[in-house]
Amino acid sequence: MTLPILLVISSGLFCIGLLAALSRRHAIFILIGIEMMLAAANLNFIAFWRFGPQPAQPTGMMVAIFAIAIAAAEAAVGLAMVIVVYRHFRSTNVDQLDRLKG
Amino acid sequence: MNSWITNNVWLIPAAPIAASLLILAFGKAARRAAAAVAIVGQIAALTMSIFAFVPTLHSHGFRAVQNFTWFTFGEQILRIGFVLDPLAAAMLLMIALVGLCIFVFSIGYMGEDKNFSRFFAYLSFFSGAMLGVVVANSLLLLFVFWELVGLASYLLIGFWIERPSAAAAAKKAFITTRIGDMGFFLGILLLYHRSGTLLFYDGGRGCLEPVALSAIGSSVTLVALLIFCGAMGKSGQFPLHVWLPDAMEGPTPVSALIHAATMVAAGVFLVARVYPIFSVGAINGVTPSLTVVVWIGVITGLMAALIAIAQFDIKRILAYSTVSQLGLMMVSLGAGGVAAGIMHLLAHGFFKALLFLGAGSVIHGLHHEQDIRKMGGLHRLMPITFLTYAVGMMALSGVPFFFSGGWTKEEILHATSNWPRSHLPHYLALIGVILTALYMTRQIIYVFFGNRRAASEHAHESPSVMAIPLIVLAVCAVFLSVVLTPAWPWLESYLTGHPARFDARLLIQPMIVVSLALVGAGVSVGIWMYRRAGEADPLQHAQPALFRFLENKMWIDEIYGRTVIALSAILARLSDWMDRHVWDALVQDIGRIGQFFGRVTTSADERVINAGVDESTSGAHGLGRLMSRWHSGQIQTYLGAVALGMLALVLLYAWLG
Amino acid sequence: MVGLISIVILIPLAGAIALYIGQPKNARTVALIFNALSAFYAVMLWQKFDVTASGLQLVERHVWIPSIGAEYLVGVDGLSLLLVLLTSLVFPFAFSAQRLERGACALMLVTQAALYGTFSAQNFVLWFLFYEMTLVPAFLLIKIYGGENRDYAAVKFFVYTFLGSVAMLLAFLGIYFAKGTFDFAALAGLGKTGLLAGKLQWLAFAGIFLGLAVKVPLFPFHTWLPDAYQTAPTGVSMVLTGALSKMGVYGFIRLLVPLFPNEIKIAGPWLLALVICSIVFAPLAAWAQRDLKRMVAYLSINHLGYCLLGLFAITAGSTSSLIDMHAALSGVFLQIFNHGLTAAALFYFVGLLEQRRGLRGINDFGGLMQRTPLLCGWMSIAMFSSLGLPGLNGFVGEFLIFKGSFATAASFTAVAVLGLLFTAVTFMRAMQALFSGPLAESCGGFSDLVRGEKFVIVPVTLLMFAIGISPQFIFNIFNATVVQMARLFA
Repeated sequence: MTLPILLVISSGLFCIGLLAALSRRHAIFILIGIEMMLAAANLNFIAFWRFGPQPAQPTGMMVAIFAIAIAAAEAAVGLAMVIVVYRHFRSTNVDQLDRLKG
Repeated sequence: MNSWITNNVWLIPAAPIAASLLILAFGKAARRAAAAVAIVGQIAALTMSIFAFVPTLHSHGFRAVQNFTWFTFGEQILRIGFVLDPLAAAMLLMIALVGLCIFVFSIGYMGEDKNFSRFFAYLSFFSGAMLGVVVANSLLLLFVFWELVGLASYLLIGFWIERPSAAAAAKKAFITTRIGDMGFFLGILLLYHRSGTLLFYDGGRGCLEPVALSAIGSSVTLVALLIFCGAMGKSGQFPLHVWLPDAMEGPTPVSALIHAATMVAAGVFLVARVYPIFSVGAINGVTPSLTVVVWIGVITGLMAALIAIAQFDIKRILAYSTVSQLGLMMVSLGAGGVAAGIMHLLAHGFFKALLFLGAGSVIHGLHHEQDIRKMGGLHRLMPITFLTYAVGMMALSGVPFFFSGGWTKEEILHATSNWPRSHLPHYLALIGVILTALYMTRQIIYVFFGNRRAASEHAHESPSVMAIPLIVLAVCAVFLSVVLTPAWPWLESYLTGHPARFDARLLIQPMIVVSLALVGAGVSVGIWMYRRAGEADPLQHAQPALFRFLENKMWIDEIYGRTVIALSAILARLSDWMDRHVWDALVQDIGRIGQFFGRVTTSADERVINAGVDESTSGAHGLGRLMSRWHSGQIQTYLGAVALGMLALVLLYAWLG
Repeated sequence: MVGLISIVILIPLAGAIALYIGQPKNARTVALIFNALSAFYAVMLWQKFDVTASGLQLVERHVWIPSIGAEYLVGVDGLSLLLVLLTSLVFPFAFSAQRLERGACALMLVTQAALYGTFSAQNFVLWFLFYEMTLVPAFLLIKIYGGENRDYAAVKFFVYTFLGSVAMLLAFLGIYFAKGTFDFAALAGLGKTGLLAGKLQWLAFAGIFLGLAVKVPLFPFHTWLPDAYQTAPTGVSMVLTGALSKMGVYGFIRLLVPLFPNEIKIAGPWLLALVICSIVFAPLAAWAQRDLKRMVAYLSINHLGYCLLGLFAITAGSTSSLIDMHAALSGVFLQIFNHGLTAAALFYFVGLLEQRRGLRGINDFGGLMQRTPLLCGWMSIAMFSSLGLPGLNGFVGEFLIFKGSFATAASFTAVAVLGLLFTAVTFMRAMQALFSGPLAESCGGFSDLVRGEKFVIVPVTLLMFAIGISPQFIFNIFNATVVQMARLFA
């Protein structure tokens, strides 16, 4: 297990998440894509920490846990918004949600 | 009474003027009262004139002057005044007496006119103004009355104002005389400027007295000629005579009073009044100004006499006769015969008024027919008119011994024969005498003798109210021959101030013989020529071209119409045109330049300043439009953009190292 | 404490305000009442005026805007008093000419107040204020109440005269910056030595000359006048010619001649030539007119030309003798008054004809003498007065002017006499066309003068006769001023 492999995995993960966030129509799937991108970022943190100059200290772990906590909160907010949007528009298809169109 | 009137001469003109105002104010309804007031005014003037005449007889060189201040302007005083001297007194008497006869005559002649009372108002006004001219002791005051006389003449010529020809004649008279008056006015200005006074007599300081006369200096000839312009206009001297024959459009009493007896004589009177100005620096009684007077008089006298031969209107013949006689008076004045000229003026006043009233009586009897070709054989139908007319005719022709005109004409011929400059005026005057006899004979034959023609069928003698003035005037015309007899030249001496002696030898003089011969020649030629005259004039047969030339008054009116009048009409049009198309156009163009600048600034405003702001705002607007297209509202598009952006940053980072 | 002159100025203004606020039904009557009041005070002014004393009298002086030398300074001398009296006379005359709307009455009253102010102000700023104050109501009167072509005429009138005023204002500002005073008397005192340096002096002269020449108007600055007079309602035409046109002549006498004596001497022959053009060409143009009002308007130019002839002849020529100075100045003053009276009367009569016929072309009438002898008679008197017949007012003034100007400008005067002749020709033609001949069909229903009209005409005509026969009472007003001015101009 070396750093490059981890980075490749994390960038793959990121790309899949990005693709999901950009291509899916359903808001939930977009949120899942976003969570995947966050996961990729967390993986990066861990990888850089493990193979970084001071692997003894738990800084990387701390940041990752912190980020996961925020991601959870964010997901909660996101889901809540999706529900509100669904209630309002009777749809979660983001293609139809273009009220911000200029 | 005598001294009272000499100190209040102004009352003489005031009486008729007051009568005139009274009639104008109240006379509209009351015709009889109007005539009565006018005649009372005239009688008052006549009475006062007689009272004024008496003291002037007593002493030679009598002169009563009252000067007074008219007004003060600044610190200067303008004085005018009235004068009574033999010249004025004689004129007063003539005007008042002739005027009275004509007033009475008018009652009959104008009896049916609807503006009867207005006519009397005008007549009175005229009479007053004319009397004012005579007694004025200031050239300015004389000018004032002079113009009022012109106004009265204008009103009376145009009395039958509904006739366009009468209105045109009135206008012509006013304007023609005013042309002369403008010269007169300039003469007054020049005289006032040079001599510092316009009073004739002012205790040695008046403008006719030596001190002021010498102050006029070199411009005295100019002053005299300018004043003479006025006299030419009023007295119908060539080239300003054209108005006088046309003035016969007025009622006949008017023609008699104004255009024969009094007003037209005003010019002659004026020259006589200011004679000292004309004669300043005379050598042998000749000065440049007097020479001009002589020649103008001669030309006028001869020309008018010639024209008179070829006229058919009874009044026009008399009108040209008047012009001719006035020319003769001017000749006399110019040649030094002042007294002769004035005496002829006085005599002429009577007999010409008589002739005009006679003509009026004929016209009245013939129901307003004035063409002598349609008259004829009237001596039986209108005996009084005929007899009085014959008296007038003989007086005018200058038959000596018994008729006034004879003596005065002889005096005039005497004066012209003594004129040192040239004898031509004398000979021309002699021709004028023959012509006078000729045209009067022609007229009397046409009117009173021969067959009765169209108009004389229903002729009737005029009523006594018209006949009596004729008789009075005829008596005067004869009586004056006694007064004027050269055997006792009291009138001449009265006018000149030299004592007179009775001398019966003066009755027979070469000039009298000449005069008698000339008149005889004229009358006999006339009788021979016109004894069988019919509708066509014998002269017309013999010399058609000449006759046409004379009948058309030598085409002087036409020449004026084509030259002076046309020119001034063109000038008027031109000034109007200049006003519209030059001066106003100039203003308009300046306005347009202003407008042009206005347009330029407007367009600068609209196209540059306003347009700049508009463009930038609309540009921003369009840009916003464009950008807003990117804001699709699609969250994924935004996200994609973010991703691409990140990718780009990564690539940039990678590329830059 | 408000002085008599201020009262005279304020009464018409009060009248205008009263008309505005009160909205009375019969506006003309109210206006006439205020006219009567101001005329009463004007006569009081005449009573209080000491005719023997020269110089300004009844002076009122108040501080106004000290920083620019503007004062409220009013006072009258003989000339001013004459014009104040003339204004008091012309306005009631004009009001009685025709029924005017309330607004028009109010505007006329404002004009009247401004005229009183113009003729009595003795400080340039105040004078100019009044001078321009006449312009606006006059403009509105023509523009709103005028006849055919009124917009054009009103704008032309306003712009033309205003342009002149601007030139004059600039010139006066120049003088003020050089000398620091706007006081007429003080400026006149400085005039002899020259107010400005070099070319500026000429510029100032030209500016003031232009402003006044347009106002009078002097040939060739006159083309606004026929249009304006023709279009304006009768009453307004009467005021324009009777009172307003006098401001120009007044300005010449009060401003230009005292302030620029040397320039006038140099430019004299040219000025006189212009005046002669005014005198000769205007009646000629009048002769060619078909519209009676236009005809009278042109003759108005001619008559004001005589005023300027007298004025320029004595100031431009070489030294005049005292008698000529006095004659010319008296003549000019009298002519100002006479023209106001006579020209207003003529417009009044033309108005009467227009009221009856609805038209005023010279060929729209004929044979009136048969139908309306009184109207014709009284109108003839006004015409004869205008053509200078002795016995009427015109003659005395014209004689004195010609007498005064003949001495120094004989040739110009001789040409000017032609003007008298052409005036006569014009009037003769008009009288022939209007009064004589057979009665025109269209004039058959005319009524002769009615009582109200007689009531107006008779006093005015009597005044004409009075001045023509015994003018001393008019001369008494300004004799002292004439003497004083002659001394100033000499």
